[in-house]
Amino acid sequence: MTAARQDVAPPSALRLILTLAIAGLLSGIAIIGIYESTLPTITANKARELREAVFKVLPGVTSMQALVHRDGALVVVPEPGKDEPVVYGGYDEQGEFVGFAMPGAGPGFQDTIALLYGYRPSEQIVVGMEILASRETPGLGDKIYKDAVWVAGFSALSVDPEIVAVKKGTAAAANEIDAITGATISSKAVVRIINETHAAWRERLPESGAEPALVENGDSQ
Amino acid sequence: MKRNESYDEFIKGIWRDNPVFAQVLGMCPMLAVTNSAVNAIAMGGATFFVLVGSSFLVSTFRNIIPKQVRISCFIIIIATFVTIADYTLLALVPGVHKELGAFIPLIVANCLILGRQEAFASRYPTRLAVMDALGMATGFLIALFSLGAVREILGDGALFGVKLFGENFEPWIIMILPPGGFLTLGVILLFFNWFKYKKDEFLADVADAERSSR
Repeated sequence: MTAARQDVAPPSALRLILTLAIAGLLSGIAIIGIYESTLPTITANKARELREAVFKVLPGVTSMQALVHRDGALVVVPEPGKDEPVVYGGYDEQGEFVGFAMPGAGPGFQDTIALLYGYRPSEQIVVGMEILASRETPGLGDKIYKDAVWVAGFSALSVDPEIVAVKKGTAAAANEIDAITGATISSKAVVRIINETHAAWRERLPESGAEPALVENGDSQ
Repeated sequence: MKRNESYDEFIKGIWRDNPVFAQVLGMCPMLAVTNSAVNAIAMGGATFFVLVGSSFLVSTFRNIIPKQVRISCFIIIIATFVTIADYTLLALVPGVHKELGAFIPLIVANCLILGRQEAFASRYPTRLAVMDALGMATGFLIALFSLGAVREILGDGALFGVKLFGENFEPWIIMILPPGGFLTLGVILLFFNWFKYKKDEFLADVADAERSSR
């Protein structure tokens, strides 16, 4: 055990300020160091996750590029602006356009659900759906990405006029999907997010057949 | 003697003064992120790193830091280690980082860590402070893991994501929801206190027997 410290005169204000300033400076250097050294890995992880999600929601796609809507047309941008709404164009091995991967987000049961869905404009159908982030109740709401039957229900779903979630076992029309028992709010939220995203982009997407071509040196693999 | 002293500082955190079961500290991460064994271990590991690192620095500089600004200095040190842990987890295991979410930055506010700096690391030599931090952090990790394992086994029928009981097991969903944390922690605390009670009783009996035989 150490001997009790003898407190003499209280330290000067300058010493207090200097102590905190030096501590803050060293802390800042350490934080910037770790930020700079992990940033490339983090960016690469995010890009890989996005690429995997796009390939998952658009079957048959082997390359993709980011598209933004500027001056009435979809244009290819290698680095989209931070707050600019983006969709991803998916292309097959011959470089032919397959469909759009559309990111959407909206309120779920507990927190924002962020998802990505594949949209094929030639047939106006959704061909795949992937939840990117959600905090839905474990065991109930999380079925929106754990229930394979529900996820598979998005493989050929018409968005005309809009997707409707119906009671389990009653989906008949091309635009109807069975809601998940026990997760009605979460499954309706997913459907609503897709509908809202589709409505927001409907006018901005080019006519079928006039999609931007794949830029070779773009984001291809 | 010296070796015994540091050994004692280590072992007390694991059992006698276990931060969760005996001191009931750090309840926020304890209840929030123990819904699976992997999350519990990631949280325990991050806390381990922060606690040991902070205790080492605080104890090393204990004679330089004026006591008027000691709490601010502790927080700066702790927050730096938390940020390092945060970015490291995000880069190495993005999936786990996503599950833990806001609870990694919240390690800064874990009273266990600041408590150890104020009560121990700022008063004792570096070697003892590190032993104390290692013991406390291990105790915290064990506590998180025991809660996480119980909750995942009952609530998901799995451990580390491996299914244990086959298809027919109906998961006890409440165990991975927040109430399950309270239930499990309550039962474990009950056991811990019962054990302590029994041990005290036994020691008293032994003392009585010794006294009467004399």
